[in-house]
This record gives sequence, structure tokens and C-alpha cells, in this order.
Amino acid sequence: MIYEDLIKETALADERIVVMTAENRALIRNLPAVLGPRFIDTGITEQTLIGAAAGLALRGRVPILHALATFLTLRAFEFIRTDVGIGQLPVKLSGFVPGFLSDGNGPTHQAIEDVSLMRGIPGMTVFAPADEQDMLAMLPAIWASPSPAYVRINTRPATYEHAPFEMGKAEIVAEGTDITILTYGMLFEQTLVARELLMQQGRSVGLINLRSLKPIDEAALLAVARRGGLLVTVEDHFVTGGLFSILAEVLLRHQLTARVLPLALEERWYRPGRLSAVLEYEGFTGHHIARRITEHLGESGAAIAPGPAVLENQFAE
Amino acid sequence: MTPEKQQKLEALALRVREHIVRLSTDGGCFTGASLSCADLLVYLYADCLNVRPDNLTDPTRDYLFLSKGHDVPALYGTFVELGFLDKARLDQHLSTDDHIYWHPNRNVPGVEFHSGSLGHLPSVALGVAMDCRMRGQTNKVIVITGDGELNEGTVWESLLVASAHKVNNLTLVVDRNHFQANVATEDLIPLEPLAPKFEAFGCEVRRIDGHDFAQMEEAFAALPFSETKPSVIICDTVRGRGLPSIEARADRWFCNFSSEEVTELLKELHSQEATTLTSETLTVR
Repeated sequence: MIYEDLIKETALADERIVVMTAENRALIRNLPAVLGPRFIDTGITEQTLIGAAAGLALRGRVPILHALATFLTLRAFEFIRTDVGIGQLPVKLSGFVPGFLSDGNGPTHQAIEDVSLMRGIPGMTVFAPADEQDMLAMLPAIWASPSPAYVRINTRPATYEHAPFEMGKAEIVAEGTDITILTYGMLFEQTLVARELLMQQGRSVGLINLRSLKPIDEAALLAVARRGGLLVTVEDHFVTGGLFSILAEVLLRHQLTARVLPLALEERWYRPGRLSAVLEYEGFTGHHIARRITEHLGESGAAIAPGPAVLENQFAE
Repeated sequence: MTPEKQQKLEALALRVREHIVRLSTDGGCFTGASLSCADLLVYLYADCLNVRPDNLTDPTRDYLFLSKGHDVPALYGTFVELGFLDKARLDQHLSTDDHIYWHPNRNVPGVEFHSGSLGHLPSVALGVAMDCRMRGQTNKVIVITGDGELNEGTVWESLLVASAHKVNNLTLVVDRNHFQANVATEDLIPLEPLAPKFEAFGCEVRRIDGHDFAQMEEAFAALPFSETKPSVIICDTVRGRGLPSIEARADRWFCNFSSEEVTELLKELHSQEATTLTSETLTVR
């Protein structure tokens, strides 16, 4: 099963589904022939895409929208907030190449504030699957929900067998007493590597795949904070407004604090290049994540083994 | 146009196309969209605009804003040939050691502004043109857009404002290669009749063959077309121009060729005989 098959199956079983795109057809190339008038390509018009989706939703449709994550969440932001948000309409936003996945495109294409923006809209839900398998597990529930939703589309092959998806629940991959890594999206595969490398150093390391950033699994965050040890948030997002901010909000709301190391993008866009080079340069390979955590604990990261090679992106944009 | 100039420009354009082909591997680039506007960029930088490596900070230089930023290989190829950019930097394509990636940025000398998000530079160019006029300057301000890019409402907002303010030193040039990322423009969001649309937005319009240097010379020499209106030049072009094996193909927008294919395609630029391509087509946007 791939993304296109799931959306086709869902749309054929549910007349309410309308598939829309602002000329981003990478993952939905075969749908026009299958869906006929229920496939609408508005051209390179992100704002009109959102407005028209709101109109369709007013008439009872459930539009699933596709565009590059950056243009979708930034260019059309006010349309999402005003038409979909204030309207509380079940519009489902599929953002392509979020975070590091836009590799060589440059800052114009880097959606690294999308989580912050989307979760700031009342009623909006926000999801970031770790890989294709994780994404296919969560999309049926997201599309069936009456809420507007934003999904960081991620079609990278799974390197981990995921648990079934439950709305609002994080996936607890492992529990640990020294360190717990919290992450979402495509960096999950690197944190899996980092966890292995840290365990080789004799550390007890937990790992949580958040899956859903809004609603957030407060219970999971509170549990690891109360357990003690170092919490590490790992995200391909600006440090402002993403998982580190969410954790801080949850902890403070419960009058708690914790030792937290945020690994995120600080006040600058990332250096473009092929994906493996980007992760290497920015310090987000499994090796670098393990090294940075070790150094944060005041020890040398020199003994951390190199991780496996990073699989390059299969898509240009 | 003199035969000498014609030959000089053709030879330059061929070398620029070679750069584009060489960049279309090891991660690839937007080959088709770059080849369609290679002749246009060569003509503008080599023969038309008062902008050179030695006057890049002169406020009276002519400005060229490349709004369809994904054709950056054509821009950088031109820059290398005209001495703006060290050729060795193209070898750093998609390396984090440099800033040579899929869209233009100001770490490369000659790039006036970054682009990549479509429909941004018409308004940025408008601001630059307004300031030039306020200061009594007569330099040209040119912005190149794609034709798919004309879907974006901001292009038309810029023209409404430029027209309202009679910004006649602004010229919008359309690389009319008849394709958006995945499909022919006329099959998705039809643009024709295009010239009357621009006229209705208050512009003075000419339409030329964007691969004919003589027509370019004549049109650009006539700028500004009006004392009171912004100018528009629609350049009819062919996506992938110069490589018969990818010309006018919807599925050859972004290309990531094997090194063997690059060798064959470099020959094809000269022979004009189509190569058999085996690499997977990537038409992703």
C-alpha cells in the first residue's frame, strides 16, 4: 500500500472526499483518471486552493489538499486560519517535503515553522508520521475526523515496525532511565540509530515517536518528565513553536520542569544540499544526535560509532 | 543583428546549455525549465543589460530578477561564461560546502534576490523600479517569470499596482514554454489569449520568439514601450530547448541523469540527434 492507493481507496468508498492540489502531483499522479471531477487541480494558486476547499467543505465535502508544505502553510496561512480555522471545516492538508525533506531546494522551500503555525490555529490538528508505514496507519483516522488537519507527508520507507495508531497517542518505542529522546517525522529513523549508538555506550535510552503534535499526548510527556533523566527533543523545525515549545508548555501547565536538550534549527534556515549532506552538516544524523547528546552530558563523543548511510530523497520537491 | 553577434550569442548559449546538462546529475536540477530560458538569459546578460561583474553594486546598473528561480542552472551557466561566477563553484552543486542549489540566492554574485517561491519577484522588482524612478534613474528593471507562475495572483496584483503608479521602467518577461511542472499550461489553467490579459491590466505588450536573438534585440531595444505603462515581453519558448530527447515533454522538467546519459546529452547538444534516455523521469513539484 502506498499513499496514492490509500487515498484512492478512501475516495472511492466515500463520495465526500475531493482530492485537490496546487499542481503538486508527485504522489497522486494517477488519481485524475480514477476520480474524474473529484480531482481538482487549481494550478499554482495556494490561496485559491484553500478558499475553494472551504467552499467544497461548506457543501459537505471533505477535501484532501496537496501542496509543498511551505507554500501551503505560509503563503495560504491566512486563508487556512480564516476560511478553514474560523469556519471549523474538515479540510485535510497534506504538506509535501516538510522539514529536511526539501533537501536541495533552499530556504524558500523549507517548511520548518509549519508545526508552529498550524498548531496555533484553534481546532486545527497536526500530525507528523515517522515514515510511510506510520503515515498510512494514521491517515484513515485523520481523514475520518471532523477536524481540520495538517499532515507532514513523509513517504520514506519504514525502518521500524510501528504500533497501530491511536488518535492523540504517542508511540512509546522504548523506555529508558538516563535519556529519553522525543521526536516526530523523518528524523525518527535517525533517532532510532542514535538510541542504538548511545546504548552501545552503556546508557539506558528511551524513545518516543510523537506522531501527533496536536492533540499532544500529555500523559506520555509528563511520564518521562517525572521519571527524571535527560529529555532530548529532536525536530527538523525551528526551535520556536515546535516540540521543544510544546514540551515546555505542557510541563509548565503542570508546574513541572525537567532537564531538556533541544535539538532543532536555531534562528536560521538550514544549508541546502542532498539529504545526507544536509543531515551531516546540520548535525542530525543518528551519529551526530548521539554525539551531541553525549557532549551535552559533559563527555566526549569521540567513541560514538558512525551510523549507517542516510538514504537520499527519491523526489526533487 | 549582425551575423558576428548572432554567432557569438549562439556559441555562448551552447556553452550555457552544456553547464545545464552537467548540472542535471548527482541529484539533478530543473533541466527543462532551464533550457527554455537559456537564450533569453544569454541575450540579456551578454548584449542588453548594463550589468557586469564590476558594477554589481552600482545603483544605476540594470536589474534582472529571476522569479522562476528553478531555472537557476541557466543563470549560473550564463554567469560562469560572463565571468560573474567561478566555474569551480558549479562542481559544488548540492554540496553543503557552497550555496549552489536548486534556487538562486545572493551568495552567488549577480543574483539580485533569492527566489523559488513563485510570484514573489514581480512585486520586489516593482519596488526597485519605483525607487529608480524616484531617483530619476533610467536603468532597466526586468523580472522574468515562468508561464505556470502566472497562476499566482501576486503577479497580477503587481501589474495592477505598477499600472496604477505608471511604473514604465518595469518590464515583465514571460518564459512562455507552454508547460507548468506536470502538464501543458493550456490543459490545466489556460493562459491564452495571453497578451490581451496583460493589456487589460494596463501593460504594453510585445510577443516574440524567445530563441531568436534578433527578435530579442529588437524588442528589448524598444523599451520602455510606453511613457505611462509597464512593459511586458512574452517570449515563446520550448521547454528543454536544445535537447531533442526532452524537448516539449511534460515528464522532463526535473531531470537527474546518469553520468553516461550526461555524456550522450552533451553530444546531443551539438548533433541535435535525440538520445535514448533510460533514467527515471521525475516530474515532481
